[in-house]
Amino acid sequence: MRVWQFSEQPYYPAWDERHESLRNSLPNRELDPAVAARLYSRYTDEWGLCDELGINIMVNEHHSTATCLTSCCHLTLAVLAHATKNVRLLSLGTPLANRRDPVRVAEEIAMVDCYSQGRYEVGFVRGGPFEVWPANSQPVGQVRRFDEAYRLVMKALTTHDRTFSWEGEFFHERLVNIWPRPVQQPHPPLWFVSIGPGPGAWIAEQKGTVGTFLTGRDSKLLFDTYRRRCVALGWGMPSVDKLAYMGIVAVAETEAKAKERAHAIAGYIRTAPQLAPRYLSPPGYVPTRIAAQAMRMSTDPDYVPAYVSVVLGDGSRVHQRTATIDQLIDAHVVFAGTPDQVVRQIGAYHRYVGGFGNLLMMGHGGALSHKDTVDNFRLFAREVLPRLQELPAVPYELPPERPAR
Amino acid sequence: MRQGTVELFDRGTGRPILFLHCGEGLEPSLPLLERLARNGRVVAASHPGFGRSDLPAGFARVDDLAYFYLDLLSHLDLRDTLLVGASFGAWIALEIAVRSTARLRGLVLADAVGLRFATDETAVEIVDIYDIPQDDLDRRSYVEPQRWRRSYDAYSDEELMVIARNREAHCLYGWSPYMHNPGLRRWLHRIDVPSLVLWGEADGIVSADYGRALAAALPKARFATIAGAAHHPHIEQPDRFAAAVDEFLRGIGAAR
Repeated sequence: MRVWQFSEQPYYPAWDERHESLRNSLPNRELDPAVAARLYSRYTDEWGLCDELGINIMVNEHHSTATCLTSCCHLTLAVLAHATKNVRLLSLGTPLANRRDPVRVAEEIAMVDCYSQGRYEVGFVRGGPFEVWPANSQPVGQVRRFDEAYRLVMKALTTHDRTFSWEGEFFHERLVNIWPRPVQQPHPPLWFVSIGPGPGAWIAEQKGTVGTFLTGRDSKLLFDTYRRRCVALGWGMPSVDKLAYMGIVAVAETEAKAKERAHAIAGYIRTAPQLAPRYLSPPGYVPTRIAAQAMRMSTDPDYVPAYVSVVLGDGSRVHQRTATIDQLIDAHVVFAGTPDQVVRQIGAYHRYVGGFGNLLMMGHGGALSHKDTVDNFRLFAREVLPRLQELPAVPYELPPERPAR
Repeated sequence: MRQGTVELFDRGTGRPILFLHCGEGLEPSLPLLERLARNGRVVAASHPGFGRSDLPAGFARVDDLAYFYLDLLSHLDLRDTLLVGASFGAWIALEIAVRSTARLRGLVLADAVGLRFATDETAVEIVDIYDIPQDDLDRRSYVEPQRWRRSYDAYSDEELMVIARNREAHCLYGWSPYMHNPGLRRWLHRIDVPSLVLWGEADGIVSADYGRALAAALPKARFATIAGAAHHPHIEQPDRFAAAVDEFLRGIGAAR
């Protein structure tokens, strides 16, 4: 199993329950640039330690938010390409539909691949609903725009013998001819993210790795959709290397200390949904029928939307912001405890989903201190990482396809 | 029509009045339309993408709506038509009229959007309905918000689908540049028919000063306010709105 250390580079000093929203509307007066500069430096050092420990690196990006100081995956990766020597670098990823110039994205990808001597793995995401405000990105038809941007980026990455022009629905280019071009040919490995099962088949068709975040038991449905498409295309069952899961990881010598660390890191999932309701549902972000159903369900005071909740073992849903660490462990969203406990928890989840080959580990998050972060990484690398390589392959048969709802 | 199925309201006889609804869709305007139909033939479509009208492939701009309505005017062979637009509908009315007034007798533009007058790039002329809380939006839109903003429980599933379609279509046409066409103002001189610019006196989305600037920029326009209404006088004050339309038609010698 490959492990990737992911941090959002949070600006946790501005986290305050009293803010209506940590995203979009929180004025940047709340950020002290000197503190931000120290945090960037610290986070870069922590990823540098991952390079020594053999833990790969993953970054993502968000905008106008105290939850995440990475506003461009490729800027952070350019820094890390130089600060590291060995491990693979993953962006998961660039919100393609929100970028106005996909050719510039292709240039950035090629540059990062060159800077890192071919250690780059490139991920494309749609981006959360709230991201359309800072990007001023039209939410209606966003999936079509993502698709066109993706095709343009791939064409730019893989065209070497002539220039080309592009006259699409959304993008218009006169002369595309990116310099440099990627070290990895024909292009760096591709990754995509989905939370629901819907996009699984499309991601399989792209031969990409599918990643999913904090989805616990729900991941199985997505992975099955991916596997089913691979089988239908005559490719057979995909390797587990094509499946990735992001959860919080906290290890320590004692269970109590590990749970303390997990609680600090889980500041990430408590703050991620701290935003004004208007930023949750831009028109057209979800299909019309789903939007209409959401209006109906919003009148139920007990309704907890899937995207801000975790599923417990008994099938009930708990809001991300109020879930306890024990509930989050039950939900397979947090793996926390002594090294033995964490290996068992990851092993159990591995069996539950039929095997997965990439653990996107949030081993730092929230206000976890530098010392705790370093201890967490070191203990994980020494006591957990080697044992994850020994997890037995899971014999897996696809369950019968569920009828579409 | 060539643009697919169109949901159409067509009532009354006499001078044609083509009504262009606001972003809330056609349904909230029905009391006004019934009232206007006493004095003419009132035609109103759900704009393509709204209500139960198809969204033709590629439609993404108010230009598309303007050409759609020019097609509709000729399809129904409407002549000497009074064009009445509310809010987003008034923007469409302006886009139609700068292209051709051949089938128009006059324009009524209520609480219009669609233009930019300010030169300061950071000035907000049209409040961003996508970036304010729902209760603030309601207060800016209606003098009596509690009367007009119903719980979703009050709607059938099909009505909720219509609300969701209306939101999507409004956003498709108006997201950015936000609710205006930066190039429209330079063509207003082409609107050679008399116009009435009507404004809800408590409009909290677009100020009455914007309405006055619009009236000043049109060749033949008059400005008037409607009491007891904010951004949606066509919904909150249908009788006063209709009376203003009647008076305007008499004033231009076009009453039936």
